[in-house]
Amino acid sequence: MSAVEQVSRSVRRAFDVEAVRRDFPILHQQIHGKPLVYLDNAATAQKPRAVIDAISNYYLSDNANIHRGVHSLSERATAAYEGAREAVRRFLNAAESREIVFVRGTTEAVNLVAHSYAQPALKPDDEIVVSVMEHHSNFVPWKMACEATGARLRVVPITDAGELRMDEYERLLGDRTRLVALGHVSNALGTINSAAEIVRLAHARGIPVLLDGAQAVPHMAVDVRALDCDFYAFSGHKLFGPTGIGVLYGKAALMDRMPPWQGGGDMISSVTLEEVRYNTLPAKFEAGTPDIAGAIGLAAAIEYLNGLDRVAAAAHEAALTRYVEERLSGFPDVTLFGRAPAKAGIVSFVMSSAHPHDIGTVLDQEGVAIRTGHHCCQPLMHRLGVPATARASFAFYNTREDVDRFVDALARVREMFG
Amino acid sequence: MSDLRELYQEVILDHHKRPRNFGPLPEANHHAEGHNPLCGDRLAVHLDVEDGVIRGVAFEGAGCAISRASASLMTDAVKGKSVAEAERLFEEFRQMVTSGVDQAVEESLGKLTVFCGVREFPSRVKCASLSWHTLHAALESKDTAVSTE
Repeated sequence: MSAVEQVSRSVRRAFDVEAVRRDFPILHQQIHGKPLVYLDNAATAQKPRAVIDAISNYYLSDNANIHRGVHSLSERATAAYEGAREAVRRFLNAAESREIVFVRGTTEAVNLVAHSYAQPALKPDDEIVVSVMEHHSNFVPWKMACEATGARLRVVPITDAGELRMDEYERLLGDRTRLVALGHVSNALGTINSAAEIVRLAHARGIPVLLDGAQAVPHMAVDVRALDCDFYAFSGHKLFGPTGIGVLYGKAALMDRMPPWQGGGDMISSVTLEEVRYNTLPAKFEAGTPDIAGAIGLAAAIEYLNGLDRVAAAAHEAALTRYVEERLSGFPDVTLFGRAPAKAGIVSFVMSSAHPHDIGTVLDQEGVAIRTGHHCCQPLMHRLGVPATARASFAFYNTREDVDRFVDALARVREMFG
Repeated sequence: MSDLRELYQEVILDHHKRPRNFGPLPEANHHAEGHNPLCGDRLAVHLDVEDGVIRGVAFEGAGCAISRASASLMTDAVKGKSVAEAERLFEEFRQMVTSGVDQAVEESLGKLTVFCGVREFPSRVKCASLSWHTLHAALESKDTAVSTE
């Protein structure tokens, strides 16, 4: 046995899915009299008890408003909030914690960059490059910035397997390109885009890159310095943390020059009737009382993930994805979308006998939660030629038994509609 | 599984597989398009209305079993009815799939009561009502598309 095989065997042994499942209280319940099989992780992930406790303990013993408080509770809350920022910095391997801005989620992060970076810089006929597989949150803000400035969107097409056409991407990068905004992992197809290559090609032409990492961080370690991206956005709730908190990473050199986003408390250094002086990073972009408990919950989620063997977790998810695709390939009435060799645990499909909505309702009666619809990717649905798909998305706490329950429930769909 | 059979009654599955009055209606003088952004369903309702009576009705489009069967059963139900009767059925149908109706109304709805199970599935109420909202828009001959949102 080679050293690599030995390592991979020991890693596989190290991942104990049953132990991990015990950390997620919500998984242990019945839906319509059957044990819950939760396969809607790409919409939002479940929360380990450590996250729920961190939020609860904050409100039980530390709650106060942060910054400028001289009393003990405020000092504790400030330390916890800024500690969360440092936890995120380490998680992304950013150079400095001031490059981490807390926002409501990926959507707000993208809107912040569209508003404060793109819009002031865009001139008529300038271009922003996106792709046809973007989530609406990484499409509509750019469309709005273009409409406000007379700039244009250029859209990278995909292959039938659901991969970015890198040749087309390179061709679209031109003298008028001001920004590239692409998803790291597709929420509807699972495709893992070649983020480092995307950045390298853009930087070769002096073009900055924003990566929408909402679907990437739950599945893989992300190093923003290794990727060399200029902006990186993700949401806490898809990373096993709470809703209402998200992160915008931006290189300090870029964010220092950007005008503020919202005005209010905390984002200023001084205010007189005549003049407002803005605060420095990251406070400049965090007007008002932030989601303190959310940031603390997110830090607890990161700490929880740091305690897992993430390589083993990813291998477990990859095995589940292979297994579900293998089982579904035996169904002639099932069409799978997203057959990229590099993909995260997302399986998007349609059945010839039943509409995705009907599939979703039948599966729910079997205790299986999936998502059906356009997944906030209407341009992609047009490209695929379907109004909607059914999507099962996996996390490390899912099991082979979950896959079996899911596939058996699809047989019920066929019985009913076939 | 019994709950599911409440939702997907045989009549519904039958109309889903073999929709009635499905296709264009050349003599139509009222049209409307309906859209359910939740699931991407789109359907069009065509009406031939003369002297306040629905002489002809047809629908086109793609959708889930509930929305398709509902459109199909709706066309059967309103054909030959006056505009006022069709509007009353729309109101009663909407009540049935949201809050529920008494026995007298159930009798007036006839075959359409196969959709009473939809009430137990809040996420599917819009699927069942899309065709009716579209019919309502067609009767008012609004030229704009309606949406369930």
